[in-house]
Amino acid sequence: MPGAKLVLRDVRKSFGAQEVLRGIDMQIAAGEMVCLIGASGSGKSTLLRCINQLEPIDDGTVLLDGEDISEPGRDLAAIRQRIGIVFQSYNLFPHMTALENVMLAPRRVLGQTDTAAAERLFQQFGLDAHMSKYPDQLSGGQQQRVAIVRALAMQPEIMLFDEITAALDPELVGEVLEVLRRLRSGGMTMVLATHEMGFARELSDRICFMDGGVIVEEGAPKQIFTAPQVPRTQAFLRSVLR
Amino acid sequence: MNRRQAYEAAERRRSLIVAVLSTAVVAAGLILLVPLAPGWPAVRASFFDGGIFVDTFPTLLRAFAIDVMIFAWSVPLICATGLAIALARGARSPALFPLRIAGAVYVDVFRGVPVVLTIYLIGFGVPGLGLPRPWNSPYIWGTVALVLTYSAYIAEVLRSGIESVHESQRNAAICLGLSERDTMRYVILPQAIRRVVPANMNMLVALQKDVALLSFIGPVEILRQAGIYKSLLANFTPYVVAAVIFLAVTVPATRYADHLLNRDRNARR
Repeated sequence: MPGAKLVLRDVRKSFGAQEVLRGIDMQIAAGEMVCLIGASGSGKSTLLRCINQLEPIDDGTVLLDGEDISEPGRDLAAIRQRIGIVFQSYNLFPHMTALENVMLAPRRVLGQTDTAAAERLFQQFGLDAHMSKYPDQLSGGQQQRVAIVRALAMQPEIMLFDEITAALDPELVGEVLEVLRRLRSGGMTMVLATHEMGFARELSDRICFMDGGVIVEEGAPKQIFTAPQVPRTQAFLRSVLR
Repeated sequence: MNRRQAYEAAERRRSLIVAVLSTAVVAAGLILLVPLAPGWPAVRASFFDGGIFVDTFPTLLRAFAIDVMIFAWSVPLICATGLAIALARGARSPALFPLRIAGAVYVDVFRGVPVVLTIYLIGFGVPGLGLPRPWNSPYIWGTVALVLTYSAYIAEVLRSGIESVHESQRNAAICLGLSERDTMRYVILPQAIRRVVPANMNMLVALQKDVALLSFIGPVEILRQAGIYKSLLANFTPYVVAAVIFLAVTVPATRYADHLLNRDRNARR
């Protein structure tokens, strides 16, 4: 696929003796939305952390716009600005208000002191009433939306989402998924690790089923959910789609 | 009032009565029994002489101002040095390895030596090099000794605070493109420092008391002044005055710090 936004070639990662990623190959086009599904421990989170180089990979390459960003010793701050990531546990900075959380990186990294752009993002995602609140004063859903806004404020080219609804109460999942829907319609390139099968099926361009550190099967949502080819995929989907 | 509230109100009344009674018994015991001790009249005369208390109080209070002064200029120096040592001990880059070693040695040495010894060694030793005035002042070298000792403690407390901030905070910061330095300065340190304020308040109360140790190398501060009065009047009451003055400062200071911390916590809840 020429002109792919993000290319992974034979990406490998071990923690001690445990091989977590055992050769991942992936190509993601600009504007594409890819969902990683699979059981806990299948390597989804690690794969996301290897894409933005939060975890240095042991072998293989990660190309962003054709440029090798996995080269050991590379300055990663510039790369990380271009790839936003949102975590399951929000990880907001508890000593800062929501707006300060969002403004910290633009202010320190981009030298942007004007808060207008950040305030627009708050408005856009229905959070303008919460700008001056501290994380502890917000619900889980609100905190997660602030975390998304914080990542978006750096104007990333790709967004990674690591099971961002997994820690939320069921009634709060909807508001966070709604944010993702908006990003999707805005054309953001996105990679999600998720357990929200309905959502993945409805919105993504492609589903990758991971098991044991490899992508076992990938394809269009319809194909994966209705006619999975590999027995392991079939078994996983049977257990989650009951 | 429902059944639960009635029960709890009765419980509270009962605890209050028990607490009042037991306090009264202990207080009565002290008031009645201590004067029965054979040495009590002598102790009262030499430690609790009302006239001496009133006479020596103003001068001792003025002498205490010297303690406060030394304390006041030591605290910022201690905090800055302690922070520098804590950061040096956490340095990851190999080029800074000597700094890391130096930090570890510094902490080991100055935590391991009694404060009084450090004060003697530095307070008498360094001016002994024949430095000209004002560089031989016991105020300077006494302060240096306090800073060396206390910054070693503060550094360890800060380091524990830095290590207590969860790794995910650092990850979130660097994933936004922040440098290691900005991550430490804006994300890790503010949280770490808040967490160790109570522990550091303890250190400051201890420091306020240890300032009195500088009297051993010269300055006529409150402990020295109380000692002079003791010799002059052949009475220990001035020491009691000094103790009262110390308490009058340290107790409200700790309570106030607790209050500030609570207010800060509640503001973010």
